[in-house]
Amino acid sequence: MVEFLQFTLSGISFGMIYAAIALSLVLIWRGTRLLNFAQGGMAMFTTYIALEVIRHTGSYWAGFAVALAAGLVLGAAAELAVIRPTLGKPELNAVIVTIGLLILIEGVAGIMYGGQFRSFPAAFSVVGLKAGSTPLGVSRADVFVAAAVLAAALLLATGFRYTSVGLRMRAAAFNATVARLSGVRVARVITVGWALAGLLGALAGVLVSPSTFVYPNSMDSVFVLGFTAAVIGGLDSPAGAVVGGLLLGVALSYAGGYLGSQGSDLTALVALGILVVVLMFRPDGIFTAGRMRRV
Amino acid sequence: MSATGVRTQSTPRILGAALVTAVVVVFLSVKLGTFRDYQIAEIAIEVTAVAGLTVLTGLSGQISLGNGAFMAIGAYTTALLLLHFASWPFYAVLVAAAVVTAAAGAVVGMAAARLRGPYLAGATLLLSVALPSVANAYPGTFGGDQGLNVVFTAPGFLGVNFPLTRWQAWVCSAVALVTLVLLANLSRSRVGRNWRAVRDDEVAAALAGVNVARARVLAFVVSATCAGLAGALLAAVTALVAPGAFTITLSIALLTAAVIGGLGTLAGAVCGSLLIVLVPTYATDVATSHGLSTAVASNIPVAAYGVVLILVMLVFPQGIAGGLRWLLGLAGFSAVRARRPATAPGPAPPAGTAPPAGTAPPAGPPPAGPGPIGSGPASQHDALLARKGDTPESHEKEDPQ
Amino acid sequence: MKRTNRLRGPAVAVLAAAALTVAACSSSSSGTGASPSTGSSTGAGGGSGAALTASAPGITATTITIGSHQPLTGPAAPGYSEIAPASNAYFSYVNANGGVDGRKIVYKYLDDGYNPTNTASVVRQLVLQDNVYAIFNGLGTPTHLAVQSFLNAQKVPDVFVASGCDCWDAPSTSPETFGWQLDYIREGKILGQYVAKHFAGKKIAYFYQDDEFGMDGVKGLDYEIPKSMVVSRQSYVATNVNVAPQVAALRASGAQVVISFSIPAFTALLKLTSLKLGFSPTLTVSNVGSDPITLSGLLESFAKQGGSTVNGNALTAGIITDGYTPPLGDTSNGWIALFKKIHDQYDAKAPFDGNVLYGMAAAYTFVEAMLKAGPNPTRADLVSAINNGLPQGPAVAPYAYSATDHDGVTGAYIGMIGNGVLTKEGPVLVTDTSAAGAITSYTGTEPQAPSSGVPAP
Repeated sequence: MVEFLQFTLSGISFGMIYAAIALSLVLIWRGTRLLNFAQGGMAMFTTYIALEVIRHTGSYWAGFAVALAAGLVLGAAAELAVIRPTLGKPELNAVIVTIGLLILIEGVAGIMYGGQFRSFPAAFSVVGLKAGSTPLGVSRADVFVAAAVLAAALLLATGFRYTSVGLRMRAAAFNATVARLSGVRVARVITVGWALAGLLGALAGVLVSPSTFVYPNSMDSVFVLGFTAAVIGGLDSPAGAVVGGLLLGVALSYAGGYLGSQGSDLTALVALGILVVVLMFRPDGIFTAGRMRRV
Repeated sequence: MSATGVRTQSTPRILGAALVTAVVVVFLSVKLGTFRDYQIAEIAIEVTAVAGLTVLTGLSGQISLGNGAFMAIGAYTTALLLLHFASWPFYAVLVAAAVVTAAAGAVVGMAAARLRGPYLAGATLLLSVALPSVANAYPGTFGGDQGLNVVFTAPGFLGVNFPLTRWQAWVCSAVALVTLVLLANLSRSRVGRNWRAVRDDEVAAALAGVNVARARVLAFVVSATCAGLAGALLAAVTALVAPGAFTITLSIALLTAAVIGGLGTLAGAVCGSLLIVLVPTYATDVATSHGLSTAVASNIPVAAYGVVLILVMLVFPQGIAGGLRWLLGLAGFSAVRARRPATAPGPAPPAGTAPPAGTAPPAGPPPAGPGPIGSGPASQHDALLARKGDTPESHEKEDPQ
Repeated sequence: MKRTNRLRGPAVAVLAAAALTVAACSSSSSGTGASPSTGSSTGAGGGSGAALTASAPGITATTITIGSHQPLTGPAAPGYSEIAPASNAYFSYVNANGGVDGRKIVYKYLDDGYNPTNTASVVRQLVLQDNVYAIFNGLGTPTHLAVQSFLNAQKVPDVFVASGCDCWDAPSTSPETFGWQLDYIREGKILGQYVAKHFAGKKIAYFYQDDEFGMDGVKGLDYEIPKSMVVSRQSYVATNVNVAPQVAALRASGAQVVISFSIPAFTALLKLTSLKLGFSPTLTVSNVGSDPITLSGLLESFAKQGGSTVNGNALTAGIITDGYTPPLGDTSNGWIALFKKIHDQYDAKAPFDGNVLYGMAAAYTFVEAMLKAGPNPTRADLVSAINNGLPQGPAVAPYAYSATDHDGVTGAYIGMIGNGVLTKEGPVLVTDTSAAGAITSYTGTEPQAPSSGVPAP
């Protein structure tokens, strides 16, 4: 029973990371109907920036803040520089461009920061919390991870719903032409969307890096699982991203814990199994409204 | 003019082109050294896999990031058959690998029949990540992380001194050419037309009597078979089948090759394969000769490759094949200029009649409307938006961009 | 009806292919050329001053070109990408001090990204196009397995593979291939015997990487540790950093000693997750994953927690491990002093850690082998030189090299980490890879580092 609790809590902790990546993918999808394969790479790069800041100033929170700011800038820059020219062209072109961007960022990170693992500090202590004498399987750092992502998701949701920027973003995503006719600066809205996605990615990066250590490919597997979480939850739904992330994180944790020594090998297959089951019943993810066109 | 176009080339013409290519390959394989033979084999393997993917994604509109998994299935089938039934001739093993992978493709296709766009992409991506781990989970059968060895020798009638790499180049090129010919015929046939119809507008296709689900599954089967053949050849050429060879990078590289070459066109499959096999080699040569530190020197090719992908995609939205057609059109090959590629979802302007789209300055921000691959709010408007690239002028009235 | 011309497409593609290939031909690097030429005698370095000739592919009058495949980029790059530059640093030192029989070593290592398909490709490039004399220190088990049969078929010396698999010890089927480092089965036996002896009666658990590194290690452990003592066996895959389920299972089993065959990142994760779960067993780690400098680097951030009293060195204190080269922190040791000097001069950007030591020690062994092969060696000469045995060099135990045994280092000492350095405890133990093979103390003396830094001819 104790193990169950430990598996669940550690699964939630990792699941929130997947949720953060999923959220950023959802943001970009809603804004530009694109899959951004470079999301993980951008998160890794902002984490390196945070590392440099922490090294020079000694302050974790300075690094944290700079990482988020860098995420904003990087997301906007990527959109303006390489994504904008692909809008209006075949969709897959933009996907390939993001793949190229990912490879470029990983190469640049390799050039700038060399070939060792770097250690990244956690926000708070990694010593496990206990209930009485039983270790719960989470630390203060894990609680912070969950809280940070949840806060980001809530801010995003309220922002979408209650601010005019959010309204403009939703309008542009729903129907760009009509939105433009209503006076929405669609281009600017798209850039804002990518910037916010960059920020979310940067958040995921600094939150997960204590566990993955920082190196140019550190975010690759996190990205795959974040993408899976987004697909499970439905690419149009931020709530879906969070639910998908949690579901995936917890299920993988159980798989690793209960399937014995083969469990570690089979985690990817378990994730695939979950995805297949979900998509079998809801081909567009859990939270997407069903499509209308049927014959 | 419909997007599918009407092809007037005939089977003899396709076969003629294949024959010419075969002669050229044999000539090159003899003239160039053994290492270049190996590269020819590598390119042919990529072409086989990418051709299948470009048909799946370009012609039938299903984006798949999982063809690396099908290559793994083909490769492992080959390795296991050669391990347990060493007396089977290689062509029999190839056929068996193709059959097994086709079956897998059918299963995946049926499971994925209702998935669209990014959901299909996500599912296939996870497939390519998850499937190789089966080899790790059951090391007794699949050899685990170390993989299975594959023994592939040149047949005796060629003589003892015939270099193995040349034989490998010939076998791989033969399979690639046969695949290209078959796919070209398939693409011109009713099956191909059904695929394009399903890609462009499912509802209309269904109304016209096309069995959408069957067409989609068939596309998966064809694509998987090609990938399976490529995987079988890969096993024979690299002599080892291990999970480390079938990473997510492989699947992404296949899609990259398909799109950057020119989605939906077989010439594009060839161009894209050339690019992904030859460019990384080049860049490595350039970087290591300049005395930079290892971390820098080894990552420069990586960064350069990323830049190449971005630039090619921005400058040639129709891929390299499209760009070449445009260049040839500029140079005065009128037959080329008149051709409508029209094979990518959301086709781009016909080559030669408009400059590459990247240079046309958009007056205002481009639309963010959903296309056929996306699954945004579906409406009739979207079907029009899907054709927006066909000829910019003709659509101006329908969709002010 | 427009006349489409489907012929253009494939034809264009083929022409482009031909053009690209021809261009590739002319611009490719061709290494140091294999055309024979008589060179003048240079006199320096051993030998009787005989004329230096191009006696084999990759050898000219002035250079020896060798190749390697290494993971310079990709997920396996951190850490391992330091090895080849370190070897190159040692070769540069040798080149600056007379070279090998007057020839300079040119070390061409290419990136395979730890992908066997790429390995097959780059090794063919090295052998077929660049005509290297030998492949040195090819890194990785699945990667090198992809080229083992090719190299042996081509009769290219495949020396000192950077992997502890015992697959390199197959002289009858792979006569060109030689291992170098202490293989994982031997290591498992040595660690296992120590644990069984010093922790008799305690509960032992294994934590291992789910590939032949971990599984061979466990095989060795099982030869020495009675099955009844082992209460849990947990494996991990390098792609999944969430090891909490495994550590929770280890904790639940009540294990008091955990033996870990893990790479440094996962040793660190094991330690961190144990902290989280309030689990503090005695940790025994394979030398692959126990380099104190790498581990400290991975764990240092957690030492600076706000509000935590965890100290960086405290996290690695008490780890039991083994070593087959002198401990890095032992600056009084001639080998360490020599390699540190070379590192500071030729490879200063990298930290002076276990990977760098590994690269230099392997390079030293290669130079030893080349010197033994003679002033104008053929490829076969190198192979027979190693088959006739090599002096120990920086390894703490002798090599097994003979015509019937292609294993490298045969033993190691047990050590403990404290204050961020490894300290030797007890004698060097040598053994073999069989279940019944005894583990004996090595009574020979360890050779001193040569004052010139170059092996004696």
